[in-house]
Amino acid sequence: MREFDYRRAPDVAGAVALLAADPDARFLGGGTNLVDLMKTGVERPALLVDVRELPLDRIESTDDGGLRIGATVTNSDLAAHPEVRRRYPALTQAVLAGASGQLRNMATVGGNLLQRTRCGYFTDVAGPCNKRVPGSGCPAVEGEHHNHAVLGASDHCVAVHPSDMGVALTAFDAVVSYETADGPGALPLADLYLPVGDTPHRETALPSGALITGVTLPPAPVAARSRYRKVRERASYAFAIGSVAAALDVRDGVVRDARLALGAVASRPWRARAAEAVLSGAPAVGDTFAAAADAELAAARPLPDNGYKVTLMRNLVVAVLTELAEEAAR
Amino acid sequence: MAPASSSTHSAVTLNINGEKYPLSVDHRTTLLDALRERLDLTGTKKGCDQGQCGACTVLIDGRRAVSCLHLAVAAEGREITTIEGMAEGDRLHPVQQAFLDLDGYQCGYCTPGQICSAVAVIEEHAAGWPSAVTDDVRPEAGPPPLTADEIRERMSGNLCRCGAYVSIVQAVARAAEAHEETAKEASA
Ligand SMILES: Cc1cc2nc3c(=O)[nH]c(=O)nc-3n(C[C@H](O)[C@H](O)[C@H](O)COP(=O)(O)OP(=O)(O)OC[C@H]3O[C@@H](n4cnc5c(N)ncnc54)[C@H](O)[C@@H]3O)c2cc1C
Ligand code: SF4
Ligand code: FES
Ligand code: FES
Repeated sequence: MREFDYRRAPDVAGAVALLAADPDARFLGGGTNLVDLMKTGVERPALLVDVRELPLDRIESTDDGGLRIGATVTNSDLAAHPEVRRRYPALTQAVLAGASGQLRNMATVGGNLLQRTRCGYFTDVAGPCNKRVPGSGCPAVEGEHHNHAVLGASDHCVAVHPSDMGVALTAFDAVVSYETADGPGALPLADLYLPVGDTPHRETALPSGALITGVTLPPAPVAARSRYRKVRERASYAFAIGSVAAALDVRDGVVRDARLALGAVASRPWRARAAEAVLSGAPAVGDTFAAAADAELAAARPLPDNGYKVTLMRNLVVAVLTELAEEAAR
Repeated sequence: MAPASSSTHSAVTLNINGEKYPLSVDHRTTLLDALRERLDLTGTKKGCDQGQCGACTVLIDGRRAVSCLHLAVAAEGREITTIEGMAEGDRLHPVQQAFLDLDGYQCGYCTPGQICSAVAVIEEHAAGWPSAVTDDVRPEAGPPPLTADEIRERMSGNLCRCGAYVSIVQAVARAAEAHEETAKEASA
């Protein structure tokens, strides 16, 4: 590991000033991804700016009935918060479906959103990878890709974003706020991650050196009836091979409002707008749910070894929406 | 030997099991390596060194964490509890006692991490935290009973190569029951 300097950020302004002054500096949240990547040599920062003591560790209701979640709130505190559990239960479920109790105690909201892909070629510094070394090639396309993307990928990179939390936040229209040396800014989470194209090494639309300060959830009554379901290769403590965050408002057998996002299928949490369009105003029955899944997955471009994901996601979407509809009928 | 450059090393004081340990650390040093290699607190084990096995679990400010992904320098100012700090004198911690009574191990390598994790699991459950197998996570639903399924899920961050899981789950269940009874007595 390269030697590095370490500072505790005194305040938000101090944190962004430290990063602005050094292109090789990185923010340190819980370190559960960054320290791991420093050990393997993927990340080689010259300076770590520890942000965990910044006053960004609160979860507060907003005036309009949404929630504002600070960037250094731990994954555990987010999942355990009564208002999150009451108003956005799928968010609690998504966070709890990720990693382990130990890791969730360490991991922060900001770090979770910016965690890097688990593609094995990305973490193997001995080989090529367009995301790590632009222009070096993507061995996953011809190689090991059974857990890679089926939506929105390109020939240059087929990696998936590993966050569970981000899938639920995407379904609920979260907005990310950040601070830079030039002042604050905000981005819908749906626009945080850049399209892959031929620049997979450019992952987010954040200005360089931006500190994520928090995530705001707008009020969403539909989210009170929401679910997150994750499929993985073992029962617990594993990354998703596919996941769904969904919310459904059904009145008199008709879908009034629906939210749907898919995980582990693309380079970002995937908001399923085409599926939502099919659901809205349609009868809350299995055929509708299947048609919604098909509408979204029509754009899927599976590789030789990950075609199973298309079937998996179709079944998962139908199953979760069916459960929500049954719950609404009770 | 060249003096340690101040930009890559720091003088820190680690607070471990109630004792203060002044130490100069290379910033690259993990808390796990500081405990084992520098402070001779070798009860905390290194399995994967990547956050994947839980062998290195300790409590930081009362919460379980993997010490292999925690930098030692970032632990300054925090209260660290390792397996060496669990017993009170000669009296084992109830979780330790339960692991002993119910054979919650075979080779014992994962055991310090399992025990630290279990101590926290019991606290987290008592605080009403749901888990990934909790049916209804809404606060109105109340805390889920600590069933074997709940224990397995909550302890899933601790792998055991010997596969002693069956008795680990029993030990955690017994310790949790004892904890609940003590809490009831205290409030009665
Ligand atoms: C064994 C293992 C299993 C896991 N399983 C899952 C899983 O199933 N599901 C899942 O979703 N995740 C999983 N994770 C990933 C885990 O959720 C992430 O590592 C964690 O959320 C990252 O948060 P952190 O605070 O530790 O980030 P760090 O490691 O501290 O940082 C990650 C990145 O974010 C940047 N950063 C951190 N905070 C900020 C900020 N405020 N502003 C700007 N940049 C910032 C850092 O510079 C770094 O680039 C797993 C991790 C491990 C080790
Ligand atoms: S899929 Fe992306 S991260 Fe994986 S090897 Fe290809 S370019 Fe690298
Ligand atoms: S050694 Fe830390 S989790 Fe395996
Ligand atoms: S008892 Fe041997 S690894 Fe768990």
